Amino acid sequence: MTLIDLANPTRFLALTARLLPWLAGATVILLAIGLYQAALAPDDYQQGATVKIMFIHVPNAWLSMFVWGVMSIASLGTLVWRHPLADVAAKAAAPIGASFTFLALLTGSLWGRPMWGTYWEWDARLTSVLILFLMYLGLMALWRAVDDPSRAARAAAVLTLVGAINLPIIKFSVDWWNTLHQPASVMRMGGSTLDKSFLVPLLLMAIAFTLLFVTLHLAAMRNEILRRRVRSLQMMQASRVAFSSGAREDGASKEVGAT
Amino acid sequence: MMSLGPYASFIVTSYAAVALVVAILIGWIALDYRNQTERLRELDRSGVTRRSGRSAVDAS
Repeated sequence: MTLIDLANPTRFLALTARLLPWLAGATVILLAIGLYQAALAPDDYQQGATVKIMFIHVPNAWLSMFVWGVMSIASLGTLVWRHPLADVAAKAAAPIGASFTFLALLTGSLWGRPMWGTYWEWDARLTSVLILFLMYLGLMALWRAVDDPSRAARAAAVLTLVGAINLPIIKFSVDWWNTLHQPASVMRMGGSTLDKSFLVPLLLMAIAFTLLFVTLHLAAMRNEILRRRVRSLQMMQASRVAFSSGAREDGASKEVGAT
Repeated sequence: MMSLGPYASFIVTSYAAVALVVAILIGWIALDYRNQTERLRELDRSGVTRRSGRSAVDAS
């Protein structure tokens, strides 16, 4: 099945119906393994047991940016290729991305209090992620504010692509500015600085959360397609009612004219 | 029993918050699916069908 085939929403729905149970199962299994490995991971020599927050904070932080990246590609699909499912994908991803970003901020705060002595600091990394969260909320508000999905899609696509400028700022904020946040320790030139006992559970949790996103995203896309079907059928029903009542009024006025 | 040290409340709150938000997200998506399919069935029952003639709830 190619990308062109998936342009047909009915085919896409059939594919998601087949895929979703497998994806959900794989997510549950990987999450269980990841959580087990995270529980077994040793305490850090400086941070003690609080290092366990890393296994949920980092996947959420990665996904907060990854989801915006997915939405940016979908936005290109809307503006350049006019793929019928591109704006469905972008709209469905926004609340999920907002949730992951909220969790990255919350778990980061809860990790920061015992380690840095503060829940919040207006430094470059924290502020740029907060801006990302606000942009997610802004996009969701935009989708709700415009009734016609195709008009909302174009405006949202432009806003998403403009907002993508924030992604490299978040990624490199720890290198460009002085910040409480430590520099990259996993995805960096010269390899990870994390010990294997932390790296393995972290990667397992990252894969599990990515699978969770894919599963939720496909399910949310399916819902959005169904919502648009409901909308178009309701419009069809409304126009039928308007047409038949118009025809009745015409008939009645002709009868009045004849008498 | 795993020992979480003096900052156990921060660790437990973090994991609980993630579990809660993910559960809300799953619940919201599941509920939305139920609502949309129910509305499509109602439209189907009232005789409003797609131009293709297929049932609006039909995914295949």
